[in-house]
Amino acid sequence: MATVLPVYPRTRRGVELVLLLGAVAIAMGAYAVVGLTEDGALPADLLLHAGGLGAVATLLHLVVRWKAKHADPVLLPVATLLNGLGLVMIHRLDLAEENPLAPRQLMWSALGMAAAGAVVWFLRDHRVLRRYTFTAMVAGFVLLLLPMVPGLGKEINGARIWIGLGPLSFQPGELAKILLAVFFAGYLVVHRDALSLTGPKVLWLQLPRMRDLGPLLVAWGASVGVLVLERDLGTSLLFFGLFVAVLYVATERVSWIVLGLALFVGGALVAARTFSHVQRRVDIWLHPFDPDNVDRSFQLVQGLYGMAAGGLLGTGLDRGRPDIVPYANSDFIYASLGEELGLAGLFVVLLLYVLLVERGLRTAIGVRDGFGKLLAGGLAFSVALQVFVVVGGVTRVIPLTGLTTPFLAYGGSSLLSNWIIIGLLLRISDLARRPAPEGPVVAPSGDTGATQVVKLP
Amino acid sequence: MNRPLRRLAGVVALLFVTLFASTTYIQFVSAAELNAKPGNSRQLYAELGRDRGPILVGPDPVARGVPVDNPYNFLRTYPDGPTYAHATGYYSIRYGTAGMERAMNDVLAGTADRLFYRRVSEYLIGQEPQGASVELTIDPRAQRAAMDELKGRRGAVVALDPETGDVLALASSPTYDPNRLAGHDVEQIAQAWKDLNADPDKPMLNRGISELYPPGSTFKVITAAAALSSGQYQPDSLLPGPAELDLPLTDKNLPNYSSGPCGPGGEVTLTDALRTSCNTAFGQLGMDLGEDALQEQAARFGFGEELRIPLRVVPSVVPEGMNAPQLAQAGIGQFDVKATPLQMAMVSAAIANEGVLMKPNLVKSVRSADQTEVIDEPSPQEMGRAVSRDVAEQLTAMMREVVENGTGKNARIPGVEVAGKTGTAQHGGELNHAWFTAFASNGERQVAVAVVIEDGGGRSDASGGATAAPVAQRVMEAVVGG
Repeated sequence: MATVLPVYPRTRRGVELVLLLGAVAIAMGAYAVVGLTEDGALPADLLLHAGGLGAVATLLHLVVRWKAKHADPVLLPVATLLNGLGLVMIHRLDLAEENPLAPRQLMWSALGMAAAGAVVWFLRDHRVLRRYTFTAMVAGFVLLLLPMVPGLGKEINGARIWIGLGPLSFQPGELAKILLAVFFAGYLVVHRDALSLTGPKVLWLQLPRMRDLGPLLVAWGASVGVLVLERDLGTSLLFFGLFVAVLYVATERVSWIVLGLALFVGGALVAARTFSHVQRRVDIWLHPFDPDNVDRSFQLVQGLYGMAAGGLLGTGLDRGRPDIVPYANSDFIYASLGEELGLAGLFVVLLLYVLLVERGLRTAIGVRDGFGKLLAGGLAFSVALQVFVVVGGVTRVIPLTGLTTPFLAYGGSSLLSNWIIIGLLLRISDLARRPAPEGPVVAPSGDTGATQVVKLP
Repeated sequence: MNRPLRRLAGVVALLFVTLFASTTYIQFVSAAELNAKPGNSRQLYAELGRDRGPILVGPDPVARGVPVDNPYNFLRTYPDGPTYAHATGYYSIRYGTAGMERAMNDVLAGTADRLFYRRVSEYLIGQEPQGASVELTIDPRAQRAAMDELKGRRGAVVALDPETGDVLALASSPTYDPNRLAGHDVEQIAQAWKDLNADPDKPMLNRGISELYPPGSTFKVITAAAALSSGQYQPDSLLPGPAELDLPLTDKNLPNYSSGPCGPGGEVTLTDALRTSCNTAFGQLGMDLGEDALQEQAARFGFGEELRIPLRVVPSVVPEGMNAPQLAQAGIGQFDVKATPLQMAMVSAAIANEGVLMKPNLVKSVRSADQTEVIDEPSPQEMGRAVSRDVAEQLTAMMREVVENGTGKNARIPGVEVAGKTGTAQHGGELNHAWFTAFASNGERQVAVAVVIEDGGGRSDASGGATAAPVAQRVMEAVVGG
């Protein structure tokens, strides 16, 4: 009888733990530097903060070790490091303000990690989510449009993407992002064949059939609606980009991308011409130093000045003046980090995002089911796109919008939803990296018959 | 679905490459340019908490840091702010710096290279770095006289010491209070900034050095200087001075300011032409001398020069490529001839200084914060010879004639020799700018001055002699009067 030795693939949980402790150590060191610069002494709450972050992250690591032991080992440490750097910068900015926000951010970080842990713990298989495709759609659109409800929605800085519940404000768009990724993946994995049926061919473009255009047009309408009603180019770009990306992955049709981009650019151009608030944003983007724009472009320009003051190596933590920039700890945390950690620091931050997204896309490639591919691909791409929209806005690649920098920026809703994304990616990657069903395939020995049993997962 | 996922990874790579590039562009490629932007208040923040040196006029500070109990540590305060606003400029946490606050920033902040050794010693003995103090050349009496005279009108007064180039008065009206921009309440300074920028009278414009005006008849001094320097004319040379000068190439004629010919038989001496400000004689002279002679003489007086005193001065212009009628206009300071009030003060100063033009300068001395050590004391600098000593004497006599018996009688000061020239410059509106440039000496001290009153202070009967000369007289009196 042929014997197949069972292979025990390395789970890499040890690597994850080492990287995780490294990430916590970096954040702790940065926190200590802030204290040393400010008071010449180690901050009293150093162990509380660093220990708190480290403890919760280690707990999450243990949950992963137990419930998803094959999961990607890089996701958790990268997200923890970004989260830790954000915490340090928020703490550092607290020193210039009256109202300390870092403890709240730490609390939200813990809640976010707990949420990620809960996803890993309770969601044994991501394919379960397929059952909730349309629930996710309804919930996602409701969340997306919630800021439009009078009395509930809050307008901050001209963008209406917040809801206020008493003293709490929340960006429902952040959670909607996940729900819509689930919906897009679930819907397209079923309809991908119908959508990739040949339609008319115009020049080299294989156009989809008119009736298949329906969902594309609905998504386009929704995102332009968001742009117009909630006055936020970023959210609109994020959702439409996510949809087109998932659509492309599902159908492998370049025509969707071309059509999608054309539709979006068209919509954005019309909006830019028609609506004064969009026009203003564009004008500030193109001419931030115009004397007429001095007051409106203050935030953008101060962010640029801050980054320029930072230069290659930065002023050093707590040695710059990032607090001049309005919303230095949320919308402009990228510029704040750039001022004090320099170009070198921002390259690290960008590389961390690249790693995170790359791991997400690798998960999508590795996982075997179509729904998992679309979901992991969509989530990873949404992180990339969100980083692009925010950082691109701060660095004048595109007009400035109101999205948050994942993991870095101050804000509970953003942290929570990004940690849920990490939880989902951990779960999917566990399945992607899990070795093929174990146990020797029972090979027919001798002449026992024509049938064989293959053990199914 | 793996192939499109890999392509998607390509798109992601492209997005991130863009971000790497844009971040590099801001923090590396254009960082120096962004750091130098006038509105960039970060340099200020870098200096905040540091004791910025005062700006002094005589022994009195016109700008100083007052200790306050907030994160900024010091509030920049301008005692008598509006009077000296256009010399001091402002120091704003939001809108950056202007004026001397900007021009001497590294010295005031204590970061200038020439303060290096002081910084090292301060560092070694563990002292907080302190900015140096800057004393201005401004004469407070002249400055106050100028501001009082300008009150309620748009215009400027610049007074110079002809021998040294020291700026004795740099007044511009309307003025503003730099304290409004120097506060720490961001909303208040934003409102002040908005108001000042929205004001149609442009109170933040430094009219003395940043605004170009047609110099009108005051430019005739330069035309006369060019004529005398050419060697072909003497003060008593006869010029044609008809009631109207027939301009070639055009239907238009050049008339005199007051109707009628300038002298009996339509002829007039150069001295009388200047005394009565005869347009037709100087128009003809402009055409006869030609563009090169006018250009060269004007350049010798400082036209076209990029001056820093150390405030940046807008260069004055005599246009190139003029045809005959344009030359006639240029000869009387019209067409596209443009000058700053400082420039016209320099013309008088050079003549007063026997033809030698001194470089205008606002800095008397730079001292250490405790006033004990002189770090810098600029010595007078020659810019060059504007006219020969003989021509300077001839021009002095001619300009004295203007004040004694001509259009500039309002500038006379008892017991003081005053020489000057009026100007009433058209600038396309219904009203004319009133000009006067002059110099005076009491035997010990000299002063040169230029005055411009925009639109003659709003009066249709305004003229250089009636409107601007009395202003010049008060300012000169403040310096050389009893």
